[in-house]
Amino acid sequence: MTISLADLTTQETPTWCPGCGDHTILASLKNALAELVIDPKDVVIVSGIGCGSKIPHYVKTYGFEGLHGRGLPVAMGIKLANPTLTVIAISGDGDTYGIGGNHFMHTMRRNLDIVHIVQDNQVYGLTKGQYSPTSKKGFKSPSSPHGALETPVNPLALALTMGASYVARGYALNVSQLKELFVDALNHKGYAFVDVLQPCVNYNRANTPQWYQENTQVLQGNDPANWDEAMKLARRTDKLPLGLFFKEDRPTYDGEVSVYEKGVPATRDISNIDLSMMLKHYV
Amino acid sequence: MIPRANAVATIPTTSPAHGSITGGKRINNLSWKIAGAAGDGILNAGRMFAKLCMRDGLYVFASAEYPSLIRGGHNHLDIRVSDKPLASHTKWVDLLVALNQEAVDKHASKIIPGGGIIYDGDTLKVSVESLKRSDIALFPLPLLKTASACGGPIMRNVVAMGATIGLLGVALSSFIAILTETFEKKGDAVVQKNIKAAQAGYDLVKGKPFPVSLKKQPGPQRLFMSGNEAMTAGAIKAGLTFFAAYPMTPASSILHTVAANEKDYNIVVKHTEDEITAINAAIGASYAGARSMTATSGGGFALMVEGLGLAAQTETPLVVANVMRPGPGSGMATHSGQGDLQYVLHASTDEFPRVVVAPGDAAENYTLGFEAFNLADQYQLPVILLSDKYLAESYCSVDPLPHQLSVHRGKMVTTAQQNYKRYALTKDAVSPRARPGIPGCMFVASSYEHDEEGNECEEPAVRVAMHQKRFRKIEQLAKTLPQPKLIGPADAPITFVSWGSPKGPILEAMKLLKSDGVATNFLQLMYLSPFPTETVSRILKKAKQLVLVESNMTSQLGSLIREQCLITIKEKILRYDGRPFDPEDIVAAIKEMIV
Ligand SMILES: Cc1ncc(C[n+]2csc(CCOP(=O)(O)OP(=O)(O)O)c2C)c(N)n1
Repeated sequence: MTISLADLTTQETPTWCPGCGDHTILASLKNALAELVIDPKDVVIVSGIGCGSKIPHYVKTYGFEGLHGRGLPVAMGIKLANPTLTVIAISGDGDTYGIGGNHFMHTMRRNLDIVHIVQDNQVYGLTKGQYSPTSKKGFKSPSSPHGALETPVNPLALALTMGASYVARGYALNVSQLKELFVDALNHKGYAFVDVLQPCVNYNRANTPQWYQENTQVLQGNDPANWDEAMKLARRTDKLPLGLFFKEDRPTYDGEVSVYEKGVPATRDISNIDLSMMLKHYV
Repeated sequence: MIPRANAVATIPTTSPAHGSITGGKRINNLSWKIAGAAGDGILNAGRMFAKLCMRDGLYVFASAEYPSLIRGGHNHLDIRVSDKPLASHTKWVDLLVALNQEAVDKHASKIIPGGGIIYDGDTLKVSVESLKRSDIALFPLPLLKTASACGGPIMRNVVAMGATIGLLGVALSSFIAILTETFEKKGDAVVQKNIKAAQAGYDLVKGKPFPVSLKKQPGPQRLFMSGNEAMTAGAIKAGLTFFAAYPMTPASSILHTVAANEKDYNIVVKHTEDEITAINAAIGASYAGARSMTATSGGGFALMVEGLGLAAQTETPLVVANVMRPGPGSGMATHSGQGDLQYVLHASTDEFPRVVVAPGDAAENYTLGFEAFNLADQYQLPVILLSDKYLAESYCSVDPLPHQLSVHRGKMVTTAQQNYKRYALTKDAVSPRARPGIPGCMFVASSYEHDEEGNECEEPAVRVAMHQKRFRKIEQLAKTLPQPKLIGPADAPITFVSWGSPKGPILEAMKLLKSDGVATNFLQLMYLSPFPTETVSRILKKAKQLVLVESNMTSQLGSLIREQCLITIKEKILRYDGRPFDPEDIVAAIKEMIV
């Protein structure tokens, strides 16, 4: 079996602005899926709501565009009901770190075997430019005209503390590295988190391609098995490192769900369930 | 209200509809109450007693009142035993086991003439003078001392149980069998201590007379189940494969019951980080092809409302149980009420159809718990099971559950399709549903308005077509739902109208009224959305005197009936103190109405 990019392309035309990082994130994801030759019928891309969350419509796999902030729970339900599927959750920084923050925290400690990509443009795109949980302090926006007062969320440090078993950061315009990270994340058994920095040409005038050029750096020579080193890298605020920070093999949540011994829950035969085993406790 | 005299003999009774009189004794009609502090082992003792009676072929009904705390407070468990089916508790008590002074103070006045009270004579001061009653028997027994002598004060409840069955003429051997089963896991020493305590309690009342006794009768093997357990059994029978929930009283025991069965029935059970996760995960699992469900109470349901709309918009089958407790806010966690009817009917952004169905007893919890999944699958929409604490947590002897139920999954696509359209506009408005893994059917389930393929679309014509499609499904469904029927004589001068758990107290009240020469009938509404407007209008128009019974202040079913049938029910019996209706209060209200 081979899978071409055309196989993964839908009739829909992306609605993103020219120059938006979502275009290259989409391309990198399709490239990674084609390279790994995962049958599209066994892939589900789950998103929330935001500009970036429209991505399921542009990849010819199964897709679920849920509610704002709630992609991860849907992804969990799909994966637990049918662990044979490749499940990719993807959504924006507002969606993931703001409204969906609770799900983010718990999905990480669960080590569910899914890939989680965050389109981190440090701004709310779809609602027209309000500051987001990753906007830097002082970021001026319609909802913070005098500058944001909060310290931004550090997604990588958060992921490391919450027990994510795969932690990486990519940059939307570094497409070759991004594809590699996606391939690696898809190969990882466990929760694989990739925070993708991206420009928002319309609403983020602070984090421009030029700014990323000056303030990011591809990681080299680090040891992804070393959590302390990963944490140190995650806490850097100058020259944000891009690449794999941390990776660890440990049991996944779905791997420990014992009921799979009897087959995939979503597709098992339910036509005639015998209740006697349950009811004997009530006589 | 004064307890009535039995028609046959002048032995007072809680209800002449139950039991019989033989040899000067009332047989197989008992109301037993055990009361004390949380942690006194009331529930355990009561459950053993009820099960014992059920195994002897008798009908039982057990309901508990307890506050939302772990130690202390005032708890009581009421167990009713009869030779005939029982629909609810009764207000009155034949035999009270009082484990502390508060239990005496609160409940002695509910003991009917000729009844009795078992208490610890060493620690509690109870007398004819203090009770101001000379018509009940006092059984001051050294409960604590006896329990301690048998191996520990904790077995006070078992001593009291031994005394209870002794007074009622039940064989000690049946009690020993249950004790053995219950404590087996804790080892033989524990079993033996408990048997000793039971025997000692039994011996304490030897030769003491009591006007009620229990006798075995033949019958099928029944199940001692709570409403929540019965609903869970229905769901498991329906092929539940994914269950996600966040604990909230009084829905939590659904989570516990599914979890206890996860291995035997291959069910993925997830206690999630919150209710938002629970409903979204359940939707995800259903999208993947699993029969999935979540359960909560009002506060959690509030967090699920956006998810409910997601299920509606993506046309993903979903079963949600809302087990009501009084609100608003945290309200009264361990109590009962029916204040969420209008809320679950309307909870949504914009408008979308849903099924709302309210079972009225444990057996209906089972059948509707099963049927909910068929409806969700066949019509691809959310189905809400609306229950409440009284129904969810009361236990009763349930007749053998029907097991010849058929699973209908509706239009499920199982093989590759050409030009597949997930939201195809079909004649019956239900579109074939594929799941991930099926080749050639890749589609996006979107929470945005979409076209037939599932692509986001905001064109007015498409929007209208899709909005109508969702509603057309429920029109179809309405035609297939079972219609409500009157229970009782068709020409009765009084017609009760109600839904959900008041069914039990209403049925018992009807028996009491009948024995007083007042005929009544009862319209129980189960499907509240879609509403069976025509049938209800026809029945209500024919009825003579309508009486609405609901556990809320604003008569929410009354509003729904007015909205749907343009009929206003003026006479109402409403209760919203967090407690279930007592059948006797319904009787009293009717008598007030007819004088
Ligand atoms: C419950 C809810 N609250 C608010 C919104 C409005 N909303 C839609 S997208 C969005 C934020 C988008 O920002 P982000 O998640 O960073 O994604 P981006 O558009 O930048 O890709 C908001 C607030 C919504 N759809 N639902």
